Amino acid sequence: MDTDLPATRIRAKQRLGDVLFSGAALAAGILILVALAAVTIFLVAQALPAFTADPADVSKDGRGFWSFVIPLVFGTIWAAALALLFALPLSIGIALFISHYAPRRVALTLGYIVDLLAAVPSVVFGLWGITVLAPAMQPLYSGLVDSLGWIPFFAGPVSGTGRTVLTVAIVLAVMILPIITALSREVFLQTPRLHEEAALALGATRWEMIRMAVLPFGRPGLISATMLGLGRALGETMAVAMVLSPSVIISFALLTSQNPTTIAANIALNFPEASGIGVNVLIATGLILFLITLVVNSLARFIINRRKDFSGAN
Amino acid sequence: MTTLLSTPTPARKLSRGTMWSVLALSVLLSFGFFSLLVLGGASTDFNIVGAVLLAAIIYVALSFVMSRIVEGRRKATDRLATGLVTSAFVVALLPLISLVYTAVSNGLNRFDGDFFNSSMRNVVGQGGGGLHAIIGTLEITAAATLISVPIGIMTAVYLVEYGTGRLSRAITVLVDVMTGIPSIVAGLFAFALFALFFGPGIRFGIGGAVALSVLMIPVVVRSTEEMLKIVPNELREASLALGVPKWATVVKVVLPTAIGGIITGVMIAISRIIGETAPLLIICGMSTSMNYNLFSDRMATLPVFVYTQYSNQGTDTQAYLDRAWTGALVLILIVMVLNILARILSKVLAPKGTR
Repeated sequence: MDTDLPATRIRAKQRLGDVLFSGAALAAGILILVALAAVTIFLVAQALPAFTADPADVSKDGRGFWSFVIPLVFGTIWAAALALLFALPLSIGIALFISHYAPRRVALTLGYIVDLLAAVPSVVFGLWGITVLAPAMQPLYSGLVDSLGWIPFFAGPVSGTGRTVLTVAIVLAVMILPIITALSREVFLQTPRLHEEAALALGATRWEMIRMAVLPFGRPGLISATMLGLGRALGETMAVAMVLSPSVIISFALLTSQNPTTIAANIALNFPEASGIGVNVLIATGLILFLITLVVNSLARFIINRRKDFSGAN
Repeated sequence: MTTLLSTPTPARKLSRGTMWSVLALSVLLSFGFFSLLVLGGASTDFNIVGAVLLAAIIYVALSFVMSRIVEGRRKATDRLATGLVTSAFVVALLPLISLVYTAVSNGLNRFDGDFFNSSMRNVVGQGGGGLHAIIGTLEITAAATLISVPIGIMTAVYLVEYGTGRLSRAITVLVDVMTGIPSIVAGLFAFALFALFFGPGIRFGIGGAVALSVLMIPVVVRSTEEMLKIVPNELREASLALGVPKWATVVKVVLPTAIGGIITGVMIAISRIIGETAPLLIICGMSTSMNYNLFSDRMATLPVFVYTQYSNQGTDTQAYLDRAWTGALVLILIVMVLNILARILSKVLAPKGTR
């Protein structure tokens, strides 16, 4: 553009204020780049000794770093996946209730109430999970183990405290519920009015209208909301650290007192007492957690951005 | 059956009154059943959660069956969906109600002057309070806000007013990435950064503020960016046409127009980080004494206070639990006040003349 009309171009006066202000804005933007680079570099720098260290120093059983990390990775994904299993249907239900079922006037208030859940600090969720939820669920767990113990998921022996991975999953589900709900509610509200009215005019019931117009339109948004919720569940620390009675194992049993712990909870529980190579090992696990959430979140963003281009709404 | 339903007979419909009585009946049945359990001695407490759930299940099932018989398959499915969607909302409210109820009822035990007036120095068992933790939380949050808000707002200004091309796209992507950083990783980052300079035993308040900034900046950038984007271009053009320099246009015209939304975003960001526990546990540690100095020594914060009171219960368990719940209640109250304040401010400071 500039090169087209070199002769007639009127140059604005260079003002000191402009230079300073735009410079400050640019610096702030670049600082973000630097900060993220710093996060990665410092984590990698502190994590490196863990990868190269003598296996005997890394873990008590002396089998090295990866045999220590893989159960943690499993636990992280397992707990988050279970939480998603509970949270997803509930969130879709709540989002539909607020966007398409509740009367217009109260819908906003109802949305605010669900958002309140997001405002509760995670340590309070942890406290609630261990003092209220775990004891309340324990009788149910005993019942499940007694009657359905032949299913591998419900294999015994039952935990006496209720501090199982299932309780953790429920707490995590409650924590990610508001995120998934808020995002999918927005997507459902964006459904083109014409599609909805067309479906209703053809004689569809409200549910048929939702199934034919709202859900297909909202599917990509729903997927990315799910991914963002998953990302949050993967990185959640305190609720897991407080509620779970942890061990470093791979197990699909939901109700025993031997539960696979998560990376984040493991760091929180062991970091204050860690020293020497132990610190490096924990930071290395943190780096792996960072990578996992990075992949999940990027996938979510990718789906959101792809949708922007093809969405019928714009 | 199918031929009967598909014949064009005048549509039969369940009236509103009928559905309300079905709801009343299912509530009655469910609560009656659970009362019987209590009276019969099978359980000691009245299980309110179970009763609500059972009532919802009975209602959904009953309305589905009745509608299937009277109104046909499609209407029945519609009623089933309505029932399920509504129950989903009710189920989601249960943990919220339970949590608030527990926090208030347990937290009020120690919600007294002592709690806000004393630290945990030399306290074992009863007494003591969370003043040191409250001070620590306020100081660290304030420091994090001081770091994040200028960076966040200036980044948003860059993205909306100046940024073009590859750099601005890269920053947008990286802000997204930062949004997804798990809080514990932010704590590890702050630790890794400061351990490099001060040795591996480093624990101090400002480290916590840095960790929280990593979590706070993307939230501030995002919300400010959204707000700046909805400032009408006519305002900028009018200002520039009057010969106002660009920086003054941004400072005097664009930012004041968006200030309501920006402040709301900052408040929401603060309320998000003020309850963070994991990063502070790592880089600030825990202390039982007052520490006003952000730059030296371990510093107590409210979330970590709650956590340690729970996890290191002394001999007098109840005293520790009470303090933990009171801490949790104070934390919830702070977050709540911040949220409400944000909402009020966004109403008050909204640009005049719109809508």
